[in-house]
Amino acid sequence: MKRTSTDTIRREGRVVHRRTPLLTDAHMHYCPGCNHATVHRLVAEVLDEMGLQADAIGIGSVGCSVFIYNYIDIDWIQASHGRAPAVATAVKRLNPSRLVFTYQGDGDLAAIGTAETIHACNRGENIAIIYVNNSIYGMTGGQMAPTTPLGMRTSTTPQGRDARLHGYPLDICRLLRRLSGVGFMARRRVDTPRHIRTAKQAIREAFECSLAGRGTAVVEIMAECLTNKF
Amino acid sequence: MTEQTADLLKGNEALALAAIRYGCDGYFGYPITPQSEVLETLMAEAPWETTGMVVMQAESEPAAINMVYGGAACGRRVMTSSSGPGISLKQEGISYLAGAELPALIVNVMRGGPGLGTIQPSQADYFQAVKGGGHGDYRLIVLAPAGVQDMADFVSLAFDLAFAYRVPAMILADGAIGQMMEKVTLPPWRRRLTDAEIAERYPWAAVGKPASRSRNVLTSLELDQAVMERKSLALQERYARIEAAETRSEAYLTDDAEMLLVAFGSAARIYRKTVDLARQRGVRLGLLRPVTLWPFPTQAIARLVGQVTSVLVVELNAGQMVEDVRLAAGGRVPVEHYGRLGGVVFSPDEILEAALSQWNKTNRK
Repeated sequence: MKRTSTDTIRREGRVVHRRTPLLTDAHMHYCPGCNHATVHRLVAEVLDEMGLQADAIGIGSVGCSVFIYNYIDIDWIQASHGRAPAVATAVKRLNPSRLVFTYQGDGDLAAIGTAETIHACNRGENIAIIYVNNSIYGMTGGQMAPTTPLGMRTSTTPQGRDARLHGYPLDICRLLRRLSGVGFMARRRVDTPRHIRTAKQAIREAFECSLAGRGTAVVEIMAECLTNKF
Repeated sequence: MTEQTADLLKGNEALALAAIRYGCDGYFGYPITPQSEVLETLMAEAPWETTGMVVMQAESEPAAINMVYGGAACGRRVMTSSSGPGISLKQEGISYLAGAELPALIVNVMRGGPGLGTIQPSQADYFQAVKGGGHGDYRLIVLAPAGVQDMADFVSLAFDLAFAYRVPAMILADGAIGQMMEKVTLPPWRRRLTDAEIAERYPWAAVGKPASRSRNVLTSLELDQAVMERKSLALQERYARIEAAETRSEAYLTDDAEMLLVAFGSAARIYRKTVDLARQRGVRLGLLRPVTLWPFPTQAIARLVGQVTSVLVVELNAGQMVEDVRLAAGGRVPVEHYGRLGGVVFSPDEILEAALSQWNKTNRK
């Protein structure tokens, strides 16, 4: 797709919108209203502003964001479901000067990848984890995730999540923040311009934390899956 | 870092020391008998202080193989080792390595199974290693060491083949070879590649994208079936090249043989003695030892089948490699199997009896 005049928008001579240089021209496959597009852009903007394109290695995961490597113009390694923190561990230890970060959803990070998440954080690996939590399995069609709130209807909890049947929602960041290896943790949302700005600041601080070798940095972004809302 | 000429070492120790000397960049392991000495030896040697090699005890086998996946994706020489139950847990990661065309070394020091099985030596993971233990159409280059010297020598062979073809390689040893001590000459020291050398030699590696090239993506995912078929066919074509160029086997007294033993790994080592004993009894036995289990030495066996009256395949399992030997023999001569299971290792005399009984049966007709 050709770049259009909307690359840069000026108002009264002042630049009010600039196309993010590290975002590629690929059409995003996300559903309308999906927060991944926003978070991708924030990650790309921070990488660009920190001058990290040549120094960043991203670890993609399995879920809706599996094609992130088509959208952000850095080197990428696509990990198997849940194992991104283990992949990132080795990448960072073998390339200590690089910024190594994972981009994971809640099914990937808080269900199948719970062990890898906890142990990477507990070892204090100098990686950043961008954790997009939409409380559902989006890519497979809206099944319950460990993070699904009580009462919420999903395709596998059509009557609403019942604690007696499915247990309680897992707030994994409450577990992780107790670990000595975690150097930075933030929970943000991207629902208003102001929140988007604070989310971007958190991603920047997470990248700074891992580059400074202060331990694992985790940014949880509270997101919504509009497509799979019952 | 002095050159060692000879040392008395366990197979697992020799493998670990050879990895450091080879210039291996990273080892990621998890304890399991009978291979824990690999991780223990590496930790005791502390190569991160000398060569810079990373050594990590992972939280699980899936984590260890995914660390290998990450290291391989950055063009580093990385490895892991385990035994049956742990290798089963690594299969998903091995399939991803194959799918993303990543070179890496996986070592299986086999024990008896299925399930938790036993910690005693076995060759019961032949199918898993050779036929693809994980999902999808893929192959591993599989090397079968027959002694401690092979454990030291196969590290460089496995890495060199893996990087030449961008295919993961496996050293398929067993508990006997991992645990027994022998005199071994360790390979010469090689230095680890620098970041610049890796970026130049392996232009596909994810090491950080300079402005001069487009981004590198290591993935096994492709949703367009036409593209996926093309990728899969390209992989099969590479496997065909490996079969044509890298098949290795070792023959012992096969030139005048009238009966053929086929065995790999520790079994091949034991049955050299059987060949000698049979010849004392007037039966001209020969031994063919596949060194690469994949690619399998089909042609070497097919050639010998023309001159012998029967073939006996001896394995520490219920009959796995025998299927590949039968394919190579093409029904021209009887191919029998003799095996012991559950960690029991037979003696050369026991195989001699089995061989002589088959010899008498075949030649009574």
